[in-house]
Amino acid sequence: MKYVNEFRDGAIAQRMAAEIRKIVTRPWAIMEVCGGQTHSIIRNGIDQLLPEEIELIHGPGCPVCVTPLEVIDKALAIAALPNVIFCSFGDMLRVPGSSKDLFRVKSEGGDVRIVYSPLDAVALARANPGKEVVFFGIGFETTAPPNAMAVSIARKQGLTNFSMLVSHVLVPPAIEAIMNSPLNRVQAFLAAGHVCSVMGYWQYPPLAERFHAPIVVTGFEPLDVLEGIRRAVTLLEAGEAKADNAYERVVSFEGNQPAQKMLEDVFEVTDRAWRGIGSIPKSGWRLSAAYRAFDAEEKFQVSGIETKESALCRAGEVLQGALKPNQCAAFGKECTPRNPLGATMVSSEGACAAYYNYGRFITLEKSAEACPVP
Amino acid sequence: MNFENWNCPLPLQDYPSIVIGHGGGGKLSAELIEHLFLPAFRNTVLENLGDSSVVAALAGRLAFSTDSFVVKPLFFPGGSIGDLAVNGTVNDLAMSGAKPLYLSAGFIVEEGFSMSSLARIVQRMAEAAERAGVQVITGDTKVVERGHGDGCYINTAGIGVLADGLHIGPALAQPGDVVILSGSIGDHGMAIMSVRESLEFETTIESDCAALNGLVADMLDASPEIHVLRDPTRGGVASSLNEIAAQSKVGIAIDETKIPVKPEVAAACELLGMDPIYVANEGKLLAIVAAHAAEAILARMQAHPLGSGARVIGTVTASHPGMLVAKTGIGGTRVIPMQIGEQLPRIC
Amino acid sequence: MCLAIPGRVSEIFESHGALMGKVNFGGITKTVCLEYVPDIQVGEYTIVHVGFALNRIDEESARQSLKLFQELGVLHEELGEDEGAPDEIRE
Repeated sequence: MKYVNEFRDGAIAQRMAAEIRKIVTRPWAIMEVCGGQTHSIIRNGIDQLLPEEIELIHGPGCPVCVTPLEVIDKALAIAALPNVIFCSFGDMLRVPGSSKDLFRVKSEGGDVRIVYSPLDAVALARANPGKEVVFFGIGFETTAPPNAMAVSIARKQGLTNFSMLVSHVLVPPAIEAIMNSPLNRVQAFLAAGHVCSVMGYWQYPPLAERFHAPIVVTGFEPLDVLEGIRRAVTLLEAGEAKADNAYERVVSFEGNQPAQKMLEDVFEVTDRAWRGIGSIPKSGWRLSAAYRAFDAEEKFQVSGIETKESALCRAGEVLQGALKPNQCAAFGKECTPRNPLGATMVSSEGACAAYYNYGRFITLEKSAEACPVP
Repeated sequence: MNFENWNCPLPLQDYPSIVIGHGGGGKLSAELIEHLFLPAFRNTVLENLGDSSVVAALAGRLAFSTDSFVVKPLFFPGGSIGDLAVNGTVNDLAMSGAKPLYLSAGFIVEEGFSMSSLARIVQRMAEAAERAGVQVITGDTKVVERGHGDGCYINTAGIGVLADGLHIGPALAQPGDVVILSGSIGDHGMAIMSVRESLEFETTIESDCAALNGLVADMLDASPEIHVLRDPTRGGVASSLNEIAAQSKVGIAIDETKIPVKPEVAAACELLGMDPIYVANEGKLLAIVAAHAAEAILARMQAHPLGSGARVIGTVTASHPGMLVAKTGIGGTRVIPMQIGEQLPRIC
Repeated sequence: MCLAIPGRVSEIFESHGALMGKVNFGGITKTVCLEYVPDIQVGEYTIVHVGFALNRIDEESARQSLKLFQELGVLHEELGEDEGAPDEIRE
């Protein structure tokens, strides 16, 4: 695939890692904000190429992981209602609520459907006028414009049987919360490339200055991640706390104007509870007043929900980079992808799942030596 | 029998759709057998229409396998439930090194299912059986009420004969063995995805559904030092190699850059956020063979139409027993675990 | 949040009042909403997330990035440098 394969070149990746080794003089802790970056790092073994001085701390940019437990439970309650077609991205199907997940609801008779795009849910609403179609609108700023457009189109088409359960979260407040936390060890950030393709990165220079931490907009393919790290290390070594863009082919300073306009119209900022972290003020989006008719939380009064988080789960600390997954006592024992206690073990980009699935509980270096691959 | 220009034979013409009576064992059932199944499968054993079918005893050990087919949609690019029903069981037999001979075919059909669709499915089974050199010698049909049965489910069981001295099985991989893959992965699974509701995309990807017994026969002719054969169906190469590693109590190390994936399949996986190594295949096999026999076996595979893309992808090791480990494209290492349930499309 | 893949726009049309298009990803084609890239042309590349084009891909920028990555470290290799080489040799 064009603009994908070129950015996965193994030989170039090795040289870029060597370049980073050349410029680093002391330990640095860098956080990659986006779960997609975490997934790419662990799946490709990018961190294995880096010099030991560089520690990658995995951030909370996994919308699946941070969707509040209460919202998950509401989704489960709505999906179980007769006459509802509940549409969701595949990522959410196995996220544990207080007692079950969407897969269980499906097996118990709920009409739960996986869709690729929120427009597929709108199409289902058109095709099934006798049913209530609800779309699970989670995600960061990358997914918000598609979700906003879906609601806008539903309104234009006069659909009365379509609604969205919205739980959007914003990156910059999360970065602030992390930097303000007393547990914080992060010295530089790799900002989320696709979030920035929508929002631009004009929010980051003031943040970089305030917290004296470089923030580098970074992509997802191995060469993009390595370049983001290289630029971050360069800035750290020079003591420069600036914002920089290492994903220029897709990201501009101002971002996508038509998308931002739609977001301003359809959504409004709200306080949001982040699962495992707690409430972060003004860190989320909900549907604005003009679109309240499409708000599933209003439409379906699912009350009496008592949330119950596992006592053993330490996802919050993992999400803030204060704990590595394999340092958690439950990791690999009570908590596995098969029986996840928290969302970070379910999501393909959650740090716990990434560590478990890509084997970060054994010494991989030893096994690579022991079994040379032809 | 070619069903392309099929005109419903007189008794079946009255029934454009299957009704409960077609599974009842009475006149309607008999008409279905006589005018649909018999002409398609055409063999003397079946035509006896006994409660059980009798064949001559076989010299050697018997291999016996069964599988049920519930794929949706019933017809997909490159294949159908009918092709899968025959090839799937033929392949299960071939993976133990057996020569597949006879199949049974049990149908569970939903009331209201279109007669011509059933005819198409049966035609595909007949063609697949002929290509594989097997005969369908016994069968059964049941009809369930509308709303059950998803149109049509099929179970096939198969018998094959295993030559003396052949010992092939998932517990027999040994450290030092070489892992060979017969061709590109992910074709079948992504062909199905391309026609799944709300995920569909336009593509020329086709299922690789095929009978592998001919390829296996050639491989065994090249060398008997084949320890394990496995067709990586549900769960893909990842699941198959994990199972073998567990059962043989060995580790398996592969090189991701050696695994062939068609560009379109790779693109489809990128679109849906799926990993080809977990995607189902229906016309590929993994062979774990003694190192000194690998070259000869590989050459024979590459000379066969179903093995032209065969590659060595890894080795078996005594390290990390039970675990599948891969070298990534950038020279890193990752463990490839068993998947939990079905692989789902993702957006994050 | 993040799975957005690059594809080439092969067709642009309107459907139900929205600007839509066909985008080709390495041989497969998907119908995609182009409302957020209203100026995009057939033949251009865009990044697509959950059925929406989010931005045009600046191909020149992509070429330059790749060129930079390719050159990183090559000069050192060619000169047969080791760890302790002085910085002046770097261009």
